[in-house]
Amino acid sequence: MKVRVFVYLKNGVLDPQGKAVEHALHSLGFEEASDVRISRVVDLHVKANDAAAAKEQGEKMARVLLANEVIEDFRVEVSA
Amino acid sequence: MKIGIVVFPGTNRERDMAQAFQVASGKAPQMLWHQQDNVDGFDLIVLPGGFSFGDYLRSGAMAAHSPIMRAVRQFAEKGGYVLGVCNGFQLLTEAQMLPGALLRNAGMRFLSQDCHLKVEGRDSIFTAGWERGAVFRAPLAHGDGNYTAAPEVLDQLEGEGRVAFRYCDAAGQVKHHDAHVNMNGSARSIAGVLSENRRVCGLMPHPENLTEDILGGTDGLPLFNGILEGLG
Repeated sequence: MKVRVFVYLKNGVLDPQGKAVEHALHSLGFEEASDVRISRVVDLHVKANDAAAAKEQGEKMARVLLANEVIEDFRVEVSA
Repeated sequence: MKIGIVVFPGTNRERDMAQAFQVASGKAPQMLWHQQDNVDGFDLIVLPGGFSFGDYLRSGAMAAHSPIMRAVRQFAEKGGYVLGVCNGFQLLTEAQMLPGALLRNAGMRFLSQDCHLKVEGRDSIFTAGWERGAVFRAPLAHGDGNYTAAPEVLDQLEGEGRVAFRYCDAAGQVKHHDAHVNMNGSARSIAGVLSENRRVCGLMPHPENLTEDILGGTDGLPLFNGILEGLG
């Protein structure tokens, strides 16, 4: 099963990369852009009997390694 | 006294660290490869700077799960002394042996320059080489040095005297919002912290790179003298 783990900075944690990109967007004329945040997507495959089990595995991987829960939140999506 | 310096793939400051301890103690520390799974018999474990595992995913994230870190964690839980500098500090936060995390520098740029540090930690061998409030110069070189932690964690660190070092100017003035002083944008200008038992210390700058006149000064030497005296 395909597992996609989204890892993003928690609300309130400063994102200097997002800020720099926001500045660049503004200077390119996209003045409507605000609150730009950069996040990470990790795609992987797991052997699992059903989507719930695959999701659980993905969440475990996120907690142990893929996300640092001091500064990041994550969300896991599963597809066949 | 036995000092071990852990080497991961991508570590690059281990010899600087070894030289600093050699200068201060006259004895060479031992290098420890990351796949080793015990650190028995050591008095101090040092996690030096560099880019362990290429800083992939997050700085220090992979190294935090290497075999030797299980041993280092147990060593620390039994009261062992651990020092992490730069990538070693990032690693200690990733391993949750120190609170907080190190984000990308606020200005987005990799910084390589001198900074000044104010010694604020209490009751620790890592700050014992200086008078409390002393100011010293240290080189820094990092892209992810922007210390952050929840406000209540920061309050606790300050309340318990566990902010070991803070960025300041040459006169000792701490200026949180001045990018020339708090160069990476760290919360409350924190450059180094101590664990609850004060035996684990992490800091971003590199005192080991100012320990001989030929390097441009000995401003960092008190770190090593304090540690060696404390270890006895």
